[in-house]
Amino acid sequence: MKSQIRKIIVQVDEVLQEGGQAVSPPTRRALAMAVIANPYAGKYSENLDQLIDIGEELGGLLGERCVKALGIQPEDAHSYGKAAIVGEAGELEHAAAILHPKLGAPLRKAVSKGAALVPSAKKQGTLGTAIDVPLGHKDAAFVRSHFDAMEARVNDAPRANEIVVAVVVTDSGRPHPRIGGLQVYEITGTDGLR
Amino acid sequence: MTALIDVRRVFTHMEEIHHEFGPVAPTPLVRGAIAAVLRNPYAGAYHADILPMMDALNPLGVDLAKQLCEAMGVLPEAIQGYGKGAIVGAAGELEHGALWHVPGGYAMRELLGWKGDRAAYLAGKGGVSTGQPGNALSIVPSTKKVGPPGAALDVPMTHINASYVRSHFDAIEVRVPGAPHSDELIVILAMSTGARVHARVEGLAAQDISQWNGLR
Repeated sequence: MKSQIRKIIVQVDEVLQEGGQAVSPPTRRALAMAVIANPYAGKYSENLDQLIDIGEELGGLLGERCVKALGIQPEDAHSYGKAAIVGEAGELEHAAAILHPKLGAPLRKAVSKGAALVPSAKKQGTLGTAIDVPLGHKDAAFVRSHFDAMEARVNDAPRANEIVVAVVVTDSGRPHPRIGGLQVYEITGTDGLR
Repeated sequence: MTALIDVRRVFTHMEEIHHEFGPVAPTPLVRGAIAAVLRNPYAGAYHADILPMMDALNPLGVDLAKQLCEAMGVLPEAIQGYGKGAIVGAAGELEHGALWHVPGGYAMRELLGWKGDRAAYLAGKGGVSTGQPGNALSIVPSTKKVGPPGAALDVPMTHINASYVRSHFDAIEVRVPGAPHSDELIVILAMSTGARVHARVEGLAAQDISQWNGLR
């Protein structure tokens, strides 16, 4: 284990009704978070390799936790997103090191395919800071029904020398999408966009 | 006519605590909470008789208790701590949250293998006093509030068989982003698999429970 994990948190948000209308089947979004020690807290380091490796490890671990919590097969995942909150003794660049270089490949393996970019958000924060994890369809970024976000927050993290890393996977889009745009059945899934 | 129990959302939360800046636990402490967001049929006006909903909540409670245990990835035998709570939307009153006391407690006792007299419990006369009659003997600690969407509730937890077990006094923060709406209620169950991860303030230990009266 490259990352020093203090806590792992998994949440599932299942919506059975929205706007007074039944949602059938219910929409479900799963959020998995890891609270980890930031190996570069309190010091400037040109090289951020340890965080890049941690990102690779957490992409698989958190992606698999989401899929497991939804009780689905990887190919039944619809959308995904990722985010990180860096404690005050770290830098925004530390979140970037976790999220961007290596986290994507193992996450895509956990949800199968994943031609589209993984939408992301990052910020510095403190205990209980909330971050809205942006979501997009995993195979075609332009699918309008799947633009969404899920709020991620850990009441006792991140401490100054910690980072909260969050991954969201869904098995659905928004509850009652009806604003047109590219539909799931129109996905070609080759360029990650349409 | 809309059903008395009308659930809009179910939110589950589980966490594995490996350490809190002390020695890493050989087995992580698992804590979890489940929250059901439902319509408050009594919102917007004073209703003298709200008891029909209390009975109607029983099946939902049992279902939530089972779902929570599954989400925590453990068997009911592994559950050592529990708690419950409710958040009432702005058009309701605190008393509506109190409807959860009996069904919430009953739900977890049903799951955790309580061997007491269910009819007596529902009549407010539960409890047995000699030998270990079963599990889930303690009163289920609770809290409730009226709050806006996203309100956080600190749900207290204690040992399932003896309220005075000091290592198991705990609380878990529960909030559902976007809920409750003003005409909704959130009912919450919480469970844990053990003591606080670095419990070390002495007091009654779980292995020293002897009176089996739900307290010591």
